[in-house]
Amino acid sequence: MEPLNALVSVTNFMLIPALAYGSQLALGALGITLIYSILRFAHFAHGDTMALGTAGVIGGTFYLQAQGVSIAPLPTALLAIPFGMVVMIGYLLAADRLVYSYYRRVKAKPLIFVMASLGVMFVTNGITRLLMGVGETRFEDGERFLFTVREFRDFTGLAEGMALRSAQALTIITALVVMVILFWFLNRTRAGKSMRAYSDNEDLALLSGINPERVVLITWVITGMLLVLAGTLYGLDKGFRPFNYFQLLLPMFAAAILGGLGSPLGAIVGAYVVAFAELGVTYAWRRVFTYLMPEGLEPTSMMQILPVDYKFAVTFAILVIVLLFRPTGIFKGKVI
Amino acid sequence: MTLKARDLGLFAAMVVVLAMVGMFQSWQLAVTILNMSLISAIMALGVNMQWGYAGLFNVGIMGFTAVGGLAVVLIAQPPVTEAWAAGGLGILLGLMLGVATILAAAIVYKRMPPSKLRGAAIIAVIILGYLVTSQIFGPAKRAVQAVNPAAEGYLGGLGLPVILAWPVGAVFAAGVAWVVGKVSLGLRSDYLAIATLGISEIVIAVLKHERWLARGVNNVTGIDRPVPRPVDLRPQPWVESLADTLGWTPAQTAAILSGLGYSVLFLIVLALLIWLAERALNSPWGRMMRAIRDNETSARAMGKNVTRRHLNIFVLGSATCGLAGAMMVSMDGQLTPGSYEPLRFTFLIWVMVIVGGSGNNWGSVLGAFVIWFLWVQVEPAGRWFMDLVTSGMADSSTLRQHLLDSAAYMRLLTMGIALLLMLRFAPRGLIPER
Repeated sequence: MEPLNALVSVTNFMLIPALAYGSQLALGALGITLIYSILRFAHFAHGDTMALGTAGVIGGTFYLQAQGVSIAPLPTALLAIPFGMVVMIGYLLAADRLVYSYYRRVKAKPLIFVMASLGVMFVTNGITRLLMGVGETRFEDGERFLFTVREFRDFTGLAEGMALRSAQALTIITALVVMVILFWFLNRTRAGKSMRAYSDNEDLALLSGINPERVVLITWVITGMLLVLAGTLYGLDKGFRPFNYFQLLLPMFAAAILGGLGSPLGAIVGAYVVAFAELGVTYAWRRVFTYLMPEGLEPTSMMQILPVDYKFAVTFAILVIVLLFRPTGIFKGKVI
Repeated sequence: MTLKARDLGLFAAMVVVLAMVGMFQSWQLAVTILNMSLISAIMALGVNMQWGYAGLFNVGIMGFTAVGGLAVVLIAQPPVTEAWAAGGLGILLGLMLGVATILAAAIVYKRMPPSKLRGAAIIAVIILGYLVTSQIFGPAKRAVQAVNPAAEGYLGGLGLPVILAWPVGAVFAAGVAWVVGKVSLGLRSDYLAIATLGISEIVIAVLKHERWLARGVNNVTGIDRPVPRPVDLRPQPWVESLADTLGWTPAQTAAILSGLGYSVLFLIVLALLIWLAERALNSPWGRMMRAIRDNETSARAMGKNVTRRHLNIFVLGSATCGLAGAMMVSMDGQLTPGSYEPLRFTFLIWVMVIVGGSGNNWGSVLGAFVIWFLWVQVEPAGRWFMDLVTSGMADSSTLRQHLLDSAAYMRLLTMGIALLLMLRFAPRGLIPER
């Protein structure tokens, strides 16, 4: 029995990756939930716009690297984030002006908006692939590890090692900071309050003189920033491939629905639940139990509930359970 | 409903365009485009039933077509007797145990009063069921996959005529659709979209991963075809004489004839489906569906069970997509789970329906032809365009090379713009609903 080794093993292979992945999902799901509560439709272009924003950051990173700019040990991409944000916000506002604003004016059904976002998704997808191709692009530089497996072993003297990648640490810290700022913004500032008012009751908000176009503008700006952060952190952590970003759509939606569409806190909680469930179910627990069980009783199988290929099945199962038993989500989101 | 002169003109224009492809590019390409257009038209019909008749938003078309494709393997491939002997029984038993576990959990949920005990009981049932199932299923699966893995390693099918797989594919897709619809219909309208997006990813993951079922990413190839293969046609004397008369090579003639064989089969299916769909749309049932689509609340007030009707039409539409999926696999003669991509199999079909005219069956068919034609032709056109744009640059320029390489993605851009423009300026499509 070596509970300490078991704990280290779980932390290394499951807790840290799940925390990082959950943080990336949370930033994305926050955007989905914001768009849902202000513009009132499911934004299907979310994954692909995230990819485009990240492509902007990658472009900026490569430019900076070529200029010899570096902020080692931190990745150069952090410097390029503001550039990516500007590109992304510009793109989203252009999409809003050219596509969505018309449907807002004619008060189209929500599904028409969804359809339009599908068109935007196609276009965005095409642009991203024109710029980046379909292959994987790695743009992580600087110090790769905060501490490596070897350093950890030497330091603690444990048999089991643990590493903390700088991308993971960065992700978790950034997500926390961003969430705090976002909640401060929504609850304390005038613009944030007007957003919440507009989401709660459109008519009353209009009556009290809130400018709907301004609220929509702020929503896109915030969503753009969140998207670029989420996409860049995900790309630093796992590499950039446009198709992976498209596939993030399902877990992000699952997180937002699980938490309750329209509830920012719910999106965050939902994202971590989805991330931990995905990794927990597809993780081979054998090592952990080898440490935990008394000698002679070690497990012989991998102790993996589902193969990694089925991580979408886990997300989907969560989604189905929520839809069956609590369609409004954990924190009662919007109900029709 | 009858077609107006303008609609017939649009179809005639499409025929002329295809004929031009035949004359200026090659007849083989024209036949290939025709066949895929016919299949896409059937998929678009299925989606039109869901969206056009009932306003249901299905983004899992890829999953339903893939399930239909699986039916072809399970019906037409010869059974692998060795694999059945090695673990067939274990796999069947494992699958049944899996279903039994879910049923047992459902019974516990229904029979016990809501309490903490009930939750614990359900979890216990699921864990126990999982452990028992995996004990039986795992070894059987490994045994099956170990049988001649280079060529087989799966259970094979029933060895029945391949044409039977088409209706079976529809039934498979209907089954999946029933489960998804049961869970997500009756809730907020975009929940169905997200649920179907999920199920389609899972279907593909299962197809890729479960090698005992259809060899996963190793692909099943050489599936029986419902029409003679070009290789068999070529040595026939009449094919050679036909080739002589037309001035084509015998190989080309055989390929075109084989392709045309499919076209005839597909046309029969499409005609049958359109006839049925038109009859349904203009029956009391069709009027009820449109009434529900246009105003759910008043339909409900008239005593219509909206959720039930939605489930009906969702299953029907998905079954149509499954049928098309089965037809596609039997045309290719292979099942390649790796080639199923949502942009190609789900969203492109959506573009077809919107561009063609949602709510109108003929519109969907026309949309399928137009969009598939563009999909095939935009890539060379994109390359030409990029070549033109970058012609001022040096041949060695990396930017020029990059732009030329990525010309293939122009089609996504074009499709997106086509969808957005139609949705904005002609939301009723090329042939509007009447």
